[in-house]
Amino acid sequence: MSTPTVNSKLARKDFVSDQDVRWCPGCGDYAILAQVQKVMPELGVPRENLVFISGIGCSSRFPYYMNTYGFHSIHGRAPAIATGLKVARPELSVWVVTGDGDALSIGGNHLIHILRRNVDLNILLFNNRIYGLTKGQYSPTSEQGKVTKSTPMGSADYPFNPISVALGADSSFVARTVDVEAKHLQDIVRRAYEHRGTSFVEILQNCNIFNDGAFGALTEKDTKADAQLVLEQGKPLIFGKNRDKGIRMRGHAFEVVQLGDGLTEADLVLHDETDPVLAFLLSSMSPPKFPTPIGVFRAVARETYESIVAEQIQATKQRQGEGNLDELLNRGDTWTVG
Amino acid sequence: MVVPPPESAAAPAVKRVEERDSVVIRFAGDSGDGMQVAGMQFTNESAMAGNDLSTLPDFPAEIRAPAGTLAGVSGFQLNFSSREVFTPGDDLDVLVAMNPAALKVNLGDLRPNGILIVDKEQFTEQNLKKAEYRFNPLADGSLARFQLFEVDITKLTAATLRDTNLPARTVNRCKNFFALGLTSWLFHRPIESTEKWVAQRFKKTPELATANVRVLRAGYNFGETTEIFAHSYEIKPAAIAPGKYRNITGNTALAIGFVAAAQKAGLPLFLGSYPITPASDILHELAAFKNFGVCTFQAEDEIAGIGAALGAAFGGAIGLTTTSGPGMCLKAETVNLAVSVELPLIIADIQRGGPSTGLPTKTEQADLLMALYGRNSDSPVPIIAPCTPADCFHVAFEAVRIATKYMTPVIILSDGYLANGAEPWLIPQVADLPEFKVTFRTDPQGFYPYVRDETTLSRPWVVPGTPDLEHRIGGLEKEYLSGNVSYAPTNHEQMVRVRARKIAGIAAEIPPTQVHGALQGDLLVVGWGSTFGAISAAVKELQGQGQSVSQVHLRHLNPLPTDLGDIIGRFKKVLVPEMNLGQLIRVLRAEYLVDAVGLNKIQGLPFKVSEIITRITRMLEA
Repeated sequence: MSTPTVNSKLARKDFVSDQDVRWCPGCGDYAILAQVQKVMPELGVPRENLVFISGIGCSSRFPYYMNTYGFHSIHGRAPAIATGLKVARPELSVWVVTGDGDALSIGGNHLIHILRRNVDLNILLFNNRIYGLTKGQYSPTSEQGKVTKSTPMGSADYPFNPISVALGADSSFVARTVDVEAKHLQDIVRRAYEHRGTSFVEILQNCNIFNDGAFGALTEKDTKADAQLVLEQGKPLIFGKNRDKGIRMRGHAFEVVQLGDGLTEADLVLHDETDPVLAFLLSSMSPPKFPTPIGVFRAVARETYESIVAEQIQATKQRQGEGNLDELLNRGDTWTVG
Repeated sequence: MVVPPPESAAAPAVKRVEERDSVVIRFAGDSGDGMQVAGMQFTNESAMAGNDLSTLPDFPAEIRAPAGTLAGVSGFQLNFSSREVFTPGDDLDVLVAMNPAALKVNLGDLRPNGILIVDKEQFTEQNLKKAEYRFNPLADGSLARFQLFEVDITKLTAATLRDTNLPARTVNRCKNFFALGLTSWLFHRPIESTEKWVAQRFKKTPELATANVRVLRAGYNFGETTEIFAHSYEIKPAAIAPGKYRNITGNTALAIGFVAAAQKAGLPLFLGSYPITPASDILHELAAFKNFGVCTFQAEDEIAGIGAALGAAFGGAIGLTTTSGPGMCLKAETVNLAVSVELPLIIADIQRGGPSTGLPTKTEQADLLMALYGRNSDSPVPIIAPCTPADCFHVAFEAVRIATKYMTPVIILSDGYLANGAEPWLIPQVADLPEFKVTFRTDPQGFYPYVRDETTLSRPWVVPGTPDLEHRIGGLEKEYLSGNVSYAPTNHEQMVRVRARKIAGIAAEIPPTQVHGALQGDLLVVGWGSTFGAISAAVKELQGQGQSVSQVHLRHLNPLPTDLGDIIGRFKKVLVPEMNLGQLIRVLRAEYLVDAVGLNKIQGLPFKVSEIITRITRMLEA
């Protein structure tokens, strides 16, 4: 508890590294970097205890710009490296920065396994639905039929929905936010930090070079109120410019309803971050039929991987005593030659 | 009244005792027959009897191939002697065959007039058919050149346990202990260590413990009382260095070597691994050492195994990953990252037959070139190889020491033969193990992530959590000192060269190469890894005949010892035996422009001493 006093002196500038930021002008990554740097001083974590680990891709340059410890690793493998670090050093605050290709394509295996293990760290997945660093091929989150350099006739594969993938892997914390929603992004980053276990955050991010406007309706002033459904714990699912539209259960599915005419908030679905069925239904909501939910889809308490590992080591030490090297070398049947 | 003579101790006196220098015995049976257990216990008994020894298990990749078939045969070979033992032996003096399939698979290795013990009742029409015998070999005279002992092992086991309520299946599974008991009597092995082992192994099922011990003793007494065996054999204790010994396999030696090294370094040990034959036992062993603070992480795949190990190393632990060939292919990317970020990391490759899945349970040493060159770009990594099962301990220790001193990944090349083979190990004193306390840099004064030690050229190890030393590392090329990303052409060349120089510099601390034999002469045999035993035995024998042959066995394969070129130059001919198509030989030819000759065996089995002798003799005559 001594750390916050030290940390209270830190400000955003303390988290800005001396490296020039090299993302394309207008990239959504700038906004994300700025918000993360803004939130860091509030967390009460000594700067030296923060570690950002990334894979490969535009988003994965992130650690170079944070004045913390950082590790820019290899494509898709950041969750594996982060797991080893966190298990070896549970006191560190570990953050994984990744993209849709890095996390869901080449690193898909590591992603689902870190989520099921519930290692206490935070994953920020910048989803721009395109490969940026390799100059514009479709990604595993690109919509089917996406015309890119590698798919001149349109992509044939169906995309992943990152939130559904995370929920399917039984992630204990799943959230979505948007690069330009400064306050919402900060709130979600804070919530992710506070959650014990793997926090999975999808950040919808615009690539203005190769996939400009991928989330246009969600971010533009005059459309976003109708396109976004902001999830709030315990509150009814309401959206729209006039907050007059809502989500209601009909059988096993959602439907959009207009409030008024006898329909009130009481008829709407209440958000519950602990309800797995609701989380899945929400994750499958997509335009044009539905607004896009942002916020926390799921947050449940579950023991973390590294704490179980540490408990086992502790319990063994208590039962058997601290390891004795001499005893270890002399184990089993021994005999002495005179 | 038929009473077994109470003075049974006198029985051996009636039977003739013959002295032998050394014996090679193989237990062979169905993979469900418990031959590995019988072999291991016979090994322990032999160690207790004071013999020098070497073992070689040989089992099928399938856990349970169809019972009684040729594919399901499992074997365990042991060479025990009153003299120094280098290998598990070429030809068998004794073969125990628990069924026709085991006989068929192994008979070719039994020397003429060798002892052949078979479980007679297993030679049924059905089993003979499964073993692809047209005629019963026990009846057709085809075994006349061996000393054949037909024993009712199955029946006698059942008779021993007749008064128990154990199901027939369970009773049947005790018969390996009958064979063990019988052979223990035949070679004067003390069976107390086996009895102790059984009690421990079946702690939770005392009725099984009792049953196995009874069958073991029944087998022993059967040998003593039956008329079948006219005499027994005595193998005097070997003259081995005084001290305390235990029997150890290569995988166990690696596991405790890593623990010992981590303790000496003062750092926790973190293993990230994915199960793979024949490396998994290291994971199993280390998972049981939690009270040493050892953390084992069974990852989702080979890549995550090494990734987590590197992450742990970033955090200040001894990062270790264990694997075999197919896993090595997958780990190359992370080894390269470790080369680039210059963090310590240990990669233990327990080689097996390949390519691809190849021969998972058979040995080979064909990953040397992959370890040397199997990564993109110029990516130097130190490589060391153990030469015997017990040597694995010292190699594990050395790997950790080099990795932390030079801030580099280190590859250990063991193999299936060393991993599962066992030999007596002179247990070292903890105090005699070299100290190499590792310290992390905490001083911000003059700190750069890639500032180098003048002697070792290694960069400082700074772990997250250290105030004022926050920095970023990664796989992009770095500026020479600051570690910032740099694409500058000359900087890249400087970095490639300094990484190479750092690893090459390790040669300065490699001890002078030991030449076994004269320092110059007609022929030098250069080997590496598990071929040590066979080469040593062959060279010793020829030296005894007055031949001008010497031997060098390499532990360090990268960098090579600085004196190796001179030594090679002092011999007229150089022979390089390898269990591959010729990998070290390429390195030696390239490095020293020497017209070395290869002897290559790629059968999933170690060299026989005779194979090496034949080749050396031919080269000397030419």
